[in-house]
Amino acid sequence: MEKFTRLQQTAIPLDIENVDTDQIIPARFLKATDRKGFGENLFRDWRYNGDQNPIDSFILNNKNYSGPILVAGNNFGCGSSREHAAWALTDFGFKVVISSFFADIFKGNALNNGLLPIQVNPEQLRLIFKAIESDPKCEFVVDLEKQTLQIASIDLIINFEINGYKKICLINGYDDIDYLINNKQKIIEFENKRNA
Amino acid sequence: MGKTLFDKVWDNHVVDQLENGPDILYIDKHLIHEVTSPQAFSALKERNVPVFRPQQIVATADHNVPTLNQHLPITDELSRNQVAKLRQNCEEHNIELYGLGHPYQGIVHVIGPELGITQPGMTMVCGDSHTSTHGAFGSIAFGIGTSQVAQVFASQCLLVGKPKSMRIVVNGELKPGVHPKDVILYIISKLGTDSGTGYFAEYAGSVFENMTMEGRMTVCNMSIEMGARGGMIAPDKTTYEYVKGKEFAPKGKELETKISHWKTLPTDDDAVFDKEYTFDAADIGPMITYGTNPGMGIRVDEQIPTDENESYQKALDYMGFSQGDSLHKLPINYVFIGSCTNSRIEDFRAASKYIKGKKKASNVNALIVPGSQQVAKQIQAEGLHKIFEAAGFEIRQPGCSACLAMNDDKIPAGEYCVSTSNRNFEGRQGPGARTILASPMTAAAAAIEGKIVDITQL
Repeated sequence: MEKFTRLQQTAIPLDIENVDTDQIIPARFLKATDRKGFGENLFRDWRYNGDQNPIDSFILNNKNYSGPILVAGNNFGCGSSREHAAWALTDFGFKVVISSFFADIFKGNALNNGLLPIQVNPEQLRLIFKAIESDPKCEFVVDLEKQTLQIASIDLIINFEINGYKKICLINGYDDIDYLINNKQKIIEFENKRNA
Repeated sequence: MGKTLFDKVWDNHVVDQLENGPDILYIDKHLIHEVTSPQAFSALKERNVPVFRPQQIVATADHNVPTLNQHLPITDELSRNQVAKLRQNCEEHNIELYGLGHPYQGIVHVIGPELGITQPGMTMVCGDSHTSTHGAFGSIAFGIGTSQVAQVFASQCLLVGKPKSMRIVVNGELKPGVHPKDVILYIISKLGTDSGTGYFAEYAGSVFENMTMEGRMTVCNMSIEMGARGGMIAPDKTTYEYVKGKEFAPKGKELETKISHWKTLPTDDDAVFDKEYTFDAADIGPMITYGTNPGMGIRVDEQIPTDENESYQKALDYMGFSQGDSLHKLPINYVFIGSCTNSRIEDFRAASKYIKGKKKASNVNALIVPGSQQVAKQIQAEGLHKIFEAAGFEIRQPGCSACLAMNDDKIPAGEYCVSTSNRNFEGRQGPGARTILASPMTAAAAAIEGKIVDITQL
């Protein structure tokens, strides 16, 4: 997993609530057997119409907005457990998603792929959307070590929460799988005790 | 302080606790399918790690498979490759596969219970959010991402924080024509799609106590649609009776020992939940959804609520509805009875009871898709296929089918489909398709009448 420490970049606003993983990556694009290339079909049916032409009104097709930070409405990533949603976002270039609420499975999948989910409160989310609206080039500073999100243009500093263990994983690029494999002896002992 | 059903099962499976971090949770059964497993097998290969406990894994092919001519090679190249990859991975790692052509093949959440793989008190995972289905047996069952599938392959464990607990109590007696699907759609419509996020739910009260296992599975299946990772129902006599005699269920003395353990699992009287909701069965009627998430549901006799929210209006625009509309008598052209929510024998019995002796409306395409080969066989054995065929319904072969637009079964853009599946998201049944979630009886009635009707008024 890629390490994550600090980021100073612009953001893309997706002011829609309950964005489900079927929108992030529709099921018909889940047929690959590797993790690459899902970014091409990120938000496929919102980005392109039936004739495969870009839909101008969709935010990812708006040249005014760019950057590796996605700001989304409440309850982002609900629905299917498909990790392809996290892969599509990272493959497209996103490194951070900000929302007032994340669905559980998506949040876990994001953290397992070096994509940082930052939860803010609904008022803060409104302020953030407004900040981008008034200046699409306004910069966000995300500091994982300090657990802060800073937007200088509106004088906003938010301290965000992250599980201590997951923070260490992200900063160092560790995967859970390594930790579990290193604990195999404990797992075998647990099995033996249960079967005794 | 007493423990909840969830606490008891969870605590039995904690291998170790990290300070201020997640628990190492032992997983008893791991179900896999073709879509979310290939990258997990690759992750093992990259690390040169073996599958730790292959005998605790069961695989099937369901999402991608066609529901016609399953004896022929799959036409879609990518789907064919994915299904072939599953076979290859299972052979390589010595994992039991119930693939196409196998008498046990079917939707992963239908075959686990019917084969007796699913049992009370277990921990179960699968790279599929509807794994919550298995909670109907009083097991902790939840959906995981592919990185976690790899973790379970490598260690038979997961690193997970213990979720909070919530209890949903429904007491009273359901009115005739009100199906377990209506109960869960009602609950989600009242609580919303994010009310359960961070929680594991327990369903309690007389409505669930009186439900069959199939009904309980329908309810637990949709726990994820309110954001809950899983939902559980305390095991009782109904549970033991269902499990008894199933292919892989414990037998004889072993079963007796197990049952005495299962009897200790229900929530203690003095246990405390982090939150609790209570509903009255008398308020529940046949439900339908009108929007693009499962929380947007109403009773068939109600009007679409008004709301200023932009996302709400966007959902209604997609569906072609307006605030205040009634959907009663709305003409529809497609009906789908299937999916891991409602493709068990009881669902088809309920549908056939209404359909018997009637003919579907000529404009309607009505699809019956059994959840497994065993359900398909049972439909034949009970003669239900004759009822469906005489009414003009098309019976297909088992698979996820039109629930998720991943295989050939899709609903055309702009068309309404009354569907017994679990998600009405934009494009879920095909780009531009408009899904109306309902119970098997409401779906069957819609096929016969060619429009949405209130089955309690017929």
